[in-house]
Amino acid sequence: MSIATHDTAGAHSHDDDHAHGGHPEIGFVRKYVFSTDHKVIGIQFLITTLLMLMVGGALALAVRWQLAFPWQWMPIAGDLEVFKQQGGIISPEFYTMLFTMHATVMIFLVIIPVLAGAFGNFLIPLQIGADDMAFPTLNMLSYWFMWPAIALFGISFVIGGVTAGPAAGWTSYPVLSAIASAAPGSGPSQTFWLLAVTCVGVSSMMGSVNYMTTIINMRAPGMTLFRMPMTIWGMFITAILQAFALPVLTAAGFMVLFDRIGGTCFFVPAGLVVNNADPTIGGGQPLLWQHLFWFYSHPAVYIMLLPAMGMVSDILCAFARKPLFGYKPMVYSMSAIAGLGFIVWGHHMFTSGMNPALGMTFMVSTMMIALPSAVKTFNWIGTLWGGNLLFTTPMLNSVAFVSMFIVGGLSGIFMAAVPVDLYIHDSYFIVAHFHYVLFGATLFGVFGAIHFWFPKMFGRMMNDNVGKLHFVLTFIGFNGTFFTMHLLGVAGMPRRLADPFNYPYLEHLLPMNEFMTYSAMLMGFAQFLLLGNFFYSMFWGPKCGRNPWNANGLEWDAPSPPPHGNFDSIPVVYRGPYEYSSPLTDKDYLPQTEYIPPRPQPGTT
Amino acid sequence: MFWPLLAIAVCVVAPANGWWFPGIAPWELGQQIDDLFNLLLIISTVVFIGTQIALGYVLWKGTSVKTGGAWFSHGSHNLEVIWTILPAIILLFISLYQMDVLARIRVMSQFPEQARDAPVAEVSARQFEWRIRYPAPGKKLMPQPQPTDLYTVNDLHVPVGKPVMIRLRSEDVQHSFGLPELRLMQDAVPGLVIPVWFQSNTTGKYDIVCKELCGWGHYKMQGELTVELEEEYDAYLQALQAKMNDDGFSAEANNAVAQSNEE
Repeated sequence: MSIATHDTAGAHSHDDDHAHGGHPEIGFVRKYVFSTDHKVIGIQFLITTLLMLMVGGALALAVRWQLAFPWQWMPIAGDLEVFKQQGGIISPEFYTMLFTMHATVMIFLVIIPVLAGAFGNFLIPLQIGADDMAFPTLNMLSYWFMWPAIALFGISFVIGGVTAGPAAGWTSYPVLSAIASAAPGSGPSQTFWLLAVTCVGVSSMMGSVNYMTTIINMRAPGMTLFRMPMTIWGMFITAILQAFALPVLTAAGFMVLFDRIGGTCFFVPAGLVVNNADPTIGGGQPLLWQHLFWFYSHPAVYIMLLPAMGMVSDILCAFARKPLFGYKPMVYSMSAIAGLGFIVWGHHMFTSGMNPALGMTFMVSTMMIALPSAVKTFNWIGTLWGGNLLFTTPMLNSVAFVSMFIVGGLSGIFMAAVPVDLYIHDSYFIVAHFHYVLFGATLFGVFGAIHFWFPKMFGRMMNDNVGKLHFVLTFIGFNGTFFTMHLLGVAGMPRRLADPFNYPYLEHLLPMNEFMTYSAMLMGFAQFLLLGNFFYSMFWGPKCGRNPWNANGLEWDAPSPPPHGNFDSIPVVYRGPYEYSSPLTDKDYLPQTEYIPPRPQPGTT
Repeated sequence: MFWPLLAIAVCVVAPANGWWFPGIAPWELGQQIDDLFNLLLIISTVVFIGTQIALGYVLWKGTSVKTGGAWFSHGSHNLEVIWTILPAIILLFISLYQMDVLARIRVMSQFPEQARDAPVAEVSARQFEWRIRYPAPGKKLMPQPQPTDLYTVNDLHVPVGKPVMIRLRSEDVQHSFGLPELRLMQDAVPGLVIPVWFQSNTTGKYDIVCKELCGWGHYKMQGELTVELEEEYDAYLQALQAKMNDDGFSAEANNAVAQSNEE
């Protein structure tokens, strides 16, 4: 089949271009840059998000510098020309920009795309036995819509110099984000920021449509829904969440844009005198933004978690040499998290002045969402119970996922209890909580997944010792940085303050903040080990065969790396993906594609 | 595993180093919030230690299995039922147990009557200060500013030992009125007037902290709450009124001007 038809017929039947062992006529650009191959797109997403991880991490280190050494000359960046006017220190304006962009980069350009974009793209066709996504061209566009977003975020960050970048937080609450005079960063930078969020949303939506269609329509023969690996369940449910939640954010973003440049007043009430400007007109309601924003952004928390839960389930089974404990409860609890995820957004607004009766309802629903999370945790422990464990790098990272997710889940209960939340809301306790979930759980899951599926991506192994060193350093640095945040929160230190030590009751927390910053630096440096290992192994790692981990999934049935079209022939699936140590066979794994003839029943001959 | 040990160590070390609540809450509901926090801390510490020990145990057991392979098991229906229902009961208990304190703090019909009927002041958040409007002594606070009202900035005085209510509003962007020492926080939302009540049974000065990002100066939006005896509070308002009514040409000032003219 020629490239032209491949391109124009995005939704062509997937049977007729099956198993092309390579396209000699494809040029470099079409093969590696504007590729429609899901594996190349997945790897593009992965490398992009790894680089963005370093950017977001650098921003976080700058935030940590200011909190540990307030108003002191900034290393490295302090010498830059743009900081000369500030005396080489972090100004309060720049500090607000830093934490705004740290969250923005980490959420929109790292966590969401690394899960759905990188691993979703790479794994979905391979794990369900398809030769590519349902809509390859749409898939390519979903990657290339990331770059306008990155460019617009970049423009918004630099357009105002070091004082007037977007500084309304990643939550961008109006009126701060809706009126240009409200803050130095609420001018054009905020407009670019909103446009960038829209581009990210378009990219995610393209991916979401593609994943749903692919998973529903393109499973290999025998791959029933309840034979799908947990990774696919995670990606599937995530895609559904995105499809329902994202339009709300996009619409709300446009409403703020209209407020900013179209003269509407969706979020701006009348009579505000912002920064000595003329009083505002109109009768908008700032709480409306919070409802719309969190209606997306709470499900987004699960978008940032469920795929990692799925991948960790796969990895734990593969290295425990044991079937998943309670496959169906795992699927049902994941669905329950997704369903409940839509009715808990109000817990971000317990102190916002919303009707207290609503607060009570959201408190109960939020408590209830801890239940499926608990069920999943118990099942992971059950999976490891009685296993024959292999402590490889992916395994260590996955165990850390489970362990840290327990911390993140339990600290969530404190915030879900409204009276307690009245004290710890917007304090470092919440910062600790979501870093334990997003870094401690998701990112450790991603680190595990990188090491686990790297052989399939490049046909080479990553260095296990470097991987373990990276894990140990990251784990120590992570807990040093974030566990202490719980204590800061209980001591009453609010988040987002450029200089919390302004307040006498927080002065004694400075040494602890210094300790946290050193831990964060350790964690930052450890990531160079990951990058080094990743890029070195990509070219010079030891070669591996199809199934280096002796795992069961369909992806291990394809060559490493799989050619365009993935499989030698259409795989036929005979069982679920977790039949490790099955008594049906002598080896301790049983691939989904391996046919075992039924044994003659005694007495029937 | 070292996690449970670390958790216990933290619980012992943290309060000793001041890494804990800023003082004892000076009112009943604040103390109840602390109690609820401690209850959650006990429940979650038990769960934390239990699950981490279980995790450590299965990891340790799993490494020693070399012969015979892993246990071929797809799960246990009974265990699933147990570990679904048990947490469900605990979680439901927690959420219902918290309702009462929540209602007393937030639901206006549950506010103490004397506080609800007579707000002591209107606090208007503004980049980056707290503007406070008191009614003149003997008058009630009206929704609209009155000519006799008294104004201060960043300096809220309330009487000790009785419930007080303020009306919270914002003049520009969103702020949040935080009293960490009283374990209380309420956002000041543009366009809304939100009643907030609290009480302090000890006199003293407390920090008013802005807890919602309101711009570059958010970190320095600091106010002070002074809790004082009823007489001191009345005297404070009297002095404030005298200062407001002082046009610079009071008796002493006139004398001073006259003297300087004679010279």
